Amino acid sequence: MRLMLQHVAHVRSGDKGNTSNVTVIAYEPDLYPYLKDQLTAERFKAFYAGLVTGPVTRYAVDPLGVLNFVAEGALGGGVSRSLCLDNYGKALSAAVLGFEIEVPDSLANLLRNHSPGPTRLEAAP
Amino acid sequence: MALRIGSGSAWWGDRLEPARTNAEEGDLDYLCFETMAEATISAAQVRKRRDPSFPGYDTYLDDRMQRVLPGCLRRGTKIISNQGWINPEGAAERIVHWLRECGAPKGTKVAAVSGSLITDRVLELTGTLMEDGRPSAALDGSIVSAEAYMGAEPIVQALREGARIVVTGRVADPSIFMAPMMHEFGWDALDHARLGPGSGIGHVLECGAQVTGGYFCDPGFKDVPDPWDLAFPIAEVESDGSAVITKVRNSGGAVTLRTLKEQLFYEVHDPGHYITPDVVVDFTTTELEEVGPDRVRVSRIAGKPRTPTLKVSIACQEGFIGEDMFFYAGPGALRRAELAKRILEERFRIVGLRAEEIRIDFVGLNAIHGGAIAARAAPAEPYEIAVRVAARTATREEALKVGREVDGMAVSGVGMTGKRVPHQDRTREVIGVWSSLVPREALRPVVTMYES
Repeated sequence: MRLMLQHVAHVRSGDKGNTSNVTVIAYEPDLYPYLKDQLTAERFKAFYAGLVTGPVTRYAVDPLGVLNFVAEGALGGGVSRSLCLDNYGKALSAAVLGFEIEVPDSLANLLRNHSPGPTRLEAAP
Repeated sequence: MALRIGSGSAWWGDRLEPARTNAEEGDLDYLCFETMAEATISAAQVRKRRDPSFPGYDTYLDDRMQRVLPGCLRRGTKIISNQGWINPEGAAERIVHWLRECGAPKGTKVAAVSGSLITDRVLELTGTLMEDGRPSAALDGSIVSAEAYMGAEPIVQALREGARIVVTGRVADPSIFMAPMMHEFGWDALDHARLGPGSGIGHVLECGAQVTGGYFCDPGFKDVPDPWDLAFPIAEVESDGSAVITKVRNSGGAVTLRTLKEQLFYEVHDPGHYITPDVVVDFTTTELEEVGPDRVRVSRIAGKPRTPTLKVSIACQEGFIGEDMFFYAGPGALRRAELAKRILEERFRIVGLRAEEIRIDFVGLNAIHGGAIAARAAPAEPYEIAVRVAARTATREEALKVGREVDGMAVSGVGMTGKRVPHQDRTREVIGVWSSLVPREALRPVVTMYES
């Protein structure tokens, strides 16, 4: 099934200068391989197009089920120079909760806060 | 016996009461305060220049000490704090005052650790800027302040000399929490196998409630009990640098594998190579185990030898930001906001606003993640919108134009515009922070002892 990342992983972002790191953590070890396979650095950067202006590096910590994305040029020039209301990018990680990911139906019981039944993602009208 | 280290704050504006709770109920050997952001030192320098009566240390020093000193004195808890900002000596004297008020035994020692400020010699000591490779000399003329990040060693020295309370200027955040481990367990400053895990535990503690359920709850996905009553964390550290992370009983929040994983990688880039002044930490081998309710054991964090250099933050004057907002609501809020945006863009042209960047956001629609991501999520039109305008300029005069043109929207703009009375300060100075490296030996930490 295809669903939003928020049912598969939780996230946190942190700032250093003009770089944000977004940590994406699988809720369950068995969900991690799907996360690692599909949420690549390239797709992460494409998802944040317009927001992240520099390169994105992905670090995987497999034993903990963690992907750490380091996104350069993500904070409008840096915390003090940024014109964004959220100049620290504290809410930056939340966007990727909407990334669409495919997981086998057999793992439905591992998904977080996800009601069973048809789960086609459709844009709201 | 495990060493009990608790958090008293994670930043300047942090809540005060959980520090008192940790002091009263945490049965702590050490209570540690982290109160600085990247720009704290430079902001303090700017304020000191404008207001010579500003003492230059944490503006909440009194509030924090009044709350924790009685509990700490009763239990014999030592305090390590970076509340000294640009005046650790002044902060130490002030703490001595509060010790007397609290009836501390005569002769209780308070140490000030300074020496991180290197504003006057930063250009001699540094080569290139880490952000863009330019020579640091390019910043000449705009530098407000420069400080190096000290490690745990001068704090350990102060403890060895008998200090009950150590108050510092700029020290790397994990070092504040690791200094007690080095002192109590007798770890050598070059023993990276122990300092790695110790500094890693320091990193887990430095953001306070971020590891006990703060900056974490997401209803239905990651629920946290009583989030209005979040406790600050406590680490029960063993002599090998492993620790159980926990919090006081009957408090809100949660310590779980998930809160630990989020905090472990917070502000970390390469998890195998997290550079601190004391050691290079490797988080990739970390093992986490839930050993009880709100008790998580953290072990096998690794360490590599420290680098020969220390990081320096160089703060520079880089102009001003002008900012203001106004509001629309009800059916058609968006169409009115869009016209307002167009009017402002034209007026900025008419008044010749010279800006490096101008931004007009619709709060509720595109202000945080920008338009592209928001459009993909295809939200329904919001019922209310705040139009928020910001521009970065070279001078305050230019920045003031933002607020002045927002004023104009009151009667010369769009129908049904909601406006604030313009009494708040709508400009602020931009202090940009650059990074560079200095040789470790260039720094001369100074420990000054005071007594109650």
